[in-house]
Amino acid sequence: MFPPAFEYSAPTSVEEVLATLAAEGDGARVLAGGQSLIPMMKLRLASPAYLVDINNVSGLDYIEDVNGHVAIGALARHRDIVNSDVIASTNHAMASAAPWVADPIVRNRGTLCGSVAHCDPEGDWNSVMLAARAQVVAQSSTGERVIPIDDFIVDFFTNSLQPGEIVKEVRVPKYSGSGGGAYLKLERKIGDYATVAVASQIELDGDGKIAKAGIALTAVNNKNTRASAAEDALVGETPSDELFREAGDLASQAANPETNVRGTADWKREVVRVYTRRGLETALAQAQG
Amino acid sequence: MEINVTLNGTQRTDDVEPRQLLVDYIRGTGNTGTHIGCDTTSCGACTVLVDGTPMKTCTMFAVQATGKSLTTVEGLKQNGALHPIQAAFKEKHGLQCGFCTPGMMLTSAALLEENPDPSEDDVRWAISGNLCRCTGYVNIVKAVQHAGELIREN
Repeated sequence: MFPPAFEYSAPTSVEEVLATLAAEGDGARVLAGGQSLIPMMKLRLASPAYLVDINNVSGLDYIEDVNGHVAIGALARHRDIVNSDVIASTNHAMASAAPWVADPIVRNRGTLCGSVAHCDPEGDWNSVMLAARAQVVAQSSTGERVIPIDDFIVDFFTNSLQPGEIVKEVRVPKYSGSGGGAYLKLERKIGDYATVAVASQIELDGDGKIAKAGIALTAVNNKNTRASAAEDALVGETPSDELFREAGDLASQAANPETNVRGTADWKREVVRVYTRRGLETALAQAQG
Repeated sequence: MEINVTLNGTQRTDDVEPRQLLVDYIRGTGNTGTHIGCDTTSCGACTVLVDGTPMKTCTMFAVQATGKSLTTVEGLKQNGALHPIQAAFKEKHGLQCGFCTPGMMLTSAALLEENPDPSEDDVRWAISGNLCRCTGYVNIVKAVQHAGELIREN
């Protein structure tokens, strides 16, 4: 298979990338890892008139600890996240999700920022980003804006970028106190999309109560979804088995899955319930450890 | 567009359309050991080393390979002798139909470059992006570990 014809350039600076996007308008798309975009083009689900390849821009592959957050640049590959000491020491949910994104060869090429921008409801990263309350840095030739992840994810394969903007960076806040998190993913075979997955993260205050909670669901709605009622039930409470069971029940109510080749709707809701509880147990153990 | 690549140690300059996939470009040079399996980024039959890193070449454009060094299965042999991974696949019967074998060997060669003594889990994890429908993977895993032994002996 080959995609429809397109024009192509591979600038070497962010400024050139932004100028090209501004000049080419709505028909232009950014090509980073391409592990989702190229298959979509081959299937004619996407047919951009112009591809701006950012792989030759140096200095965009960073994963850095700065000012209370971890900044992940547009060309940090999934493999870089897997191998990052900064991620391993700052965010448990990210560290646990990274090895389960696609397969090792795709992880060599695909990027976190590209996956976030793609907004595939079966994608892993946006649930982790919701649980961690990440921010997306969108840059265009006229400036930069910082978008909370809840506002960035609009719908099925739809983000809130404007024409001319790129995802230059994703910022993941560090825990303010002790924290923990997990990404539990059920897949039919290794490397597959999630049948169901749940990202969870909690932070404890000085009294051991839950100060912050993040729970988000993959592949059970038309977009990665925050389980707000479950989060609200946790905040301010002392962790207990009963509380985590309640959060699991509430999270499963936020799921609206479809019965398909990967499983029935009822079964997927049940997996959400169990994975939320288990994820919270893991997160608590880490936060207390 | 004009691209310059080093393909199995030989520099080439070619004119390609931007939409040409890297796997089609490679096969067009006569190096048909690189196979097209699923064509949807799932099976890993088209895996090639790009600057030493395994990539699915059905999911890269040829223009993106300009300035890069590509190693296909045809480039594995060293001084006319089989690469240890090739010798080990032969010795341990790590293939049946052979369709996945080039990708499997390139992914494994990259693994052994990083870790010449991988555990069974390490091997299974590393090749999890390469699908084999014949062997059940048992002999492939044995072959990769045996290749590690051969490399460590030298």
